Amino acid sequence: MLTQSKAMDEENIASIILKELSRLADGHLRFMEVCGTHTVSIFRSGIRSLLPEGIELISGPGCPVCVTPVGEIDRAIAMAQLRDVTLLTFGDLMRVPGSSLSLYEARAMGRDIRVITSPLDAVEIATREPGRRIIFFAVGFEATSPAIAAAVKEAMRKRLGNLYLLSSQRLIPPAIKALLSSKKVKIDGFILPGHVSVIIGKTPYSFIAHEFCLTGVITGFEATDILEGIYMLLCQKKEGRSEIEIQYRRAVKEAGNRLAMEVMKEVFEPVSARWRGLGLIPESGLKLRGGFKEMDASEAFDIPYKDKEDPPGCLCGEILQGLKSPPDCPLFDKRCTQQNPVGPCMVSSEGTCAAYHRYGVYHEGKRGKDTSRSRGRGKIDSRPYTRTISALP
Amino acid sequence: MCLGIPGKVVSIKGDFAEVDFGGVRTKVSLLLSPDVSEGDYVLVHVGFAIQRLGQQEAIETLRLFKEIDRGYVDSIEGNG
Amino acid sequence: MTHDLIHALFLPFLKNKLLCALDDSAVIPTGKGSRLAFTTDSYVVKPLFFPGGDIGRLSICGTVNDLAMAGARPLGLSASFILEEGFSAGKLERVLSSMKEAAMEAGVMVAAADTKVVEHGAAEGLFITTSGIGVISEGVDISGSRAMAGDAVIINGPIGDHEIGVLVARGDLSLEGKIKSDCAPLNGLVQAMLDTCGNIHVLRDPTRGGLATVLWEIANASKAGVIIDDQKVKVRQEIKGVCDLLGFDPYYLANEGKLVAFVPQEEAETVLEAMKANPLGREAGIIGAVVDENPGKVLLKTRIGGYRLLEPLSGEQFPRIC
Repeated sequence: MLTQSKAMDEENIASIILKELSRLADGHLRFMEVCGTHTVSIFRSGIRSLLPEGIELISGPGCPVCVTPVGEIDRAIAMAQLRDVTLLTFGDLMRVPGSSLSLYEARAMGRDIRVITSPLDAVEIATREPGRRIIFFAVGFEATSPAIAAAVKEAMRKRLGNLYLLSSQRLIPPAIKALLSSKKVKIDGFILPGHVSVIIGKTPYSFIAHEFCLTGVITGFEATDILEGIYMLLCQKKEGRSEIEIQYRRAVKEAGNRLAMEVMKEVFEPVSARWRGLGLIPESGLKLRGGFKEMDASEAFDIPYKDKEDPPGCLCGEILQGLKSPPDCPLFDKRCTQQNPVGPCMVSSEGTCAAYHRYGVYHEGKRGKDTSRSRGRGKIDSRPYTRTISALP
Repeated sequence: MCLGIPGKVVSIKGDFAEVDFGGVRTKVSLLLSPDVSEGDYVLVHVGFAIQRLGQQEAIETLRLFKEIDRGYVDSIEGNG
Repeated sequence: MTHDLIHALFLPFLKNKLLCALDDSAVIPTGKGSRLAFTTDSYVVKPLFFPGGDIGRLSICGTVNDLAMAGARPLGLSASFILEEGFSAGKLERVLSSMKEAAMEAGVMVAAADTKVVEHGAAEGLFITTSGIGVISEGVDISGSRAMAGDAVIINGPIGDHEIGVLVARGDLSLEGKIKSDCAPLNGLVQAMLDTCGNIHVLRDPTRGGLATVLWEIANASKAGVIIDDQKVKVRQEIKGVCDLLGFDPYYLANEGKLVAFVPQEEAETVLEAMKANPLGREAGIIGAVVDENPGKVLLKTRIGGYRLLEPLSGEQFPRIC
């Protein structure tokens, strides 16, 4: 249980780092965080309400929910409609709208769609229910892929025969490279994903510094981690350095987790993958290697992927690239709200639009629309709250 | 992406460990982190230990998480 | 979704002054100065049995609590049972025994009951509906729309226990721990609070949708701004562990033995003392206040001193991996 003194520690540490950020911030800097969990942490900790004027945080394409194309959701739902099929997925995907239904709605209509919290649950369910064809609609990045690979190996070892993988896995470094190569985005540095980096280490990000002369800091997920990560990015800018550094030292080793990477490489090979908003990126997705082909749902089931257009007006694509901000989207807060999301950026608790919608923009007590290019950085006039809060016994 | 929190390995049986997170326990696969012993702290994501944390690192993390009270920290550091 | 369902479908047909207040109980004037509170609720929880309670206990406590949130003293309940054919007699006995125990704790009678048996598979075992009637003393005026600037926001303990307790019992999460539902009848606690302070403005139990949702509902009904200090909101260590593991936000988890009270600032300390003297209020504390700014919005001051909006729960919270 949180004691009063420890809570003060976290607030004190944060306040020290924030003072330093205010001191160092000069001009306008944009840092992109490439990890849905970072987006949620930033939102939940209220960091945006505390950052000095010159520092802007943008959410990039690291939210698997946001980058999974509509056609993939549709294909998964179509597979769930087959006789004797049970579709398993992580909870993150349940409410993403497909072109007509989400997995959640399909479940409500009677499809056997279940949420699992570990790839090994898929192995267990397939073992327990030999009469069903179990399709694991697997989404995630490099933090999750080794676990999925280990589960695939386990299924093969047990000769299960009724477990299939519908892979919707993606890789982060190729997406960052595609983003930077397009030259459309103006970014000064990256807050790099902590747990992806536990697996892949530091090296795969070197191109950010060497080819594009930008900074990157591998950051943890607590509020103080993120603040320290931003501080390290700022220091690099001030000192004219372009390096990849590790803030999340307690968990990330420079070489990553070699065994996890081997398991991943044994089971999967990189292929081109479609990313919502970024299009087709070479070698940015994962497919089962030949030796595991019999488990590949995209081959075993005759339900091909069909490209679907994003809903008209939806700017999720540009928002994911950091080119536009939620208020720029004609649907934002009108047709597309948290209660009735149109695009994935609003559905996902990690999506930029959801975070922005919840966070809001406040000026003197009125909910205002941020019509400037400045993104997601509304300031709440906290003076009345500070007085009230400090008066609480 | 990716929720991962540190927990303490309470027991090991084959490829699995029983890991404790502030009083809640779950079975965690050690297939991606085999060099783990009882008493170690591990970072867990989707039911797998993806990294062994050194004790100092774990304490640092747990302090950040505020999961444990002063007495427990002292006992780990040999002050209890 | 339930919120939309109510507004889009039910209200157009059923609306009337009593229903439209959308408080936990309807308050019916009897024409003689006193008022009755009347409420109904259905219980469909799965699994039927979980640490800290079961569907029976829930069906008594839930309805007693809805009456208590109107400031009413519960007089009696009715209970209707829909049973699947072949439902185990042993399980039914356990449920009924729980109901008896909960009713005794609350000091209330189940005055009427009904049973229906449906075909196998039609009721997922057992559904229970309870309705309740209570009496509100003169001078007590409690409603979701009465929050006023300057009020203190009080809660009687940590959040999240019930929903996580049920989820763990469901077995889907492969978790073990000392987690149990906080399911309890709150009418005794409420009476102790009313005995100390005749001017409590709002009482609400944060059930489905959690603390964030009820605070938002109250902020909107009262057209008031609410500010909550995250450091003052308690979450048990085990619950926090599960939330961190699975990506749940404790502010959106259901509770069945918790209430939030909005009381005038000058009465807050006395009410708090009265709460702490009651077994269900030992961990009570002030968690926030009502302000003039940003009416209809609930703001949370985070642990590092930042701010974020607490919006109501939209849809179900699923465990996340990312």
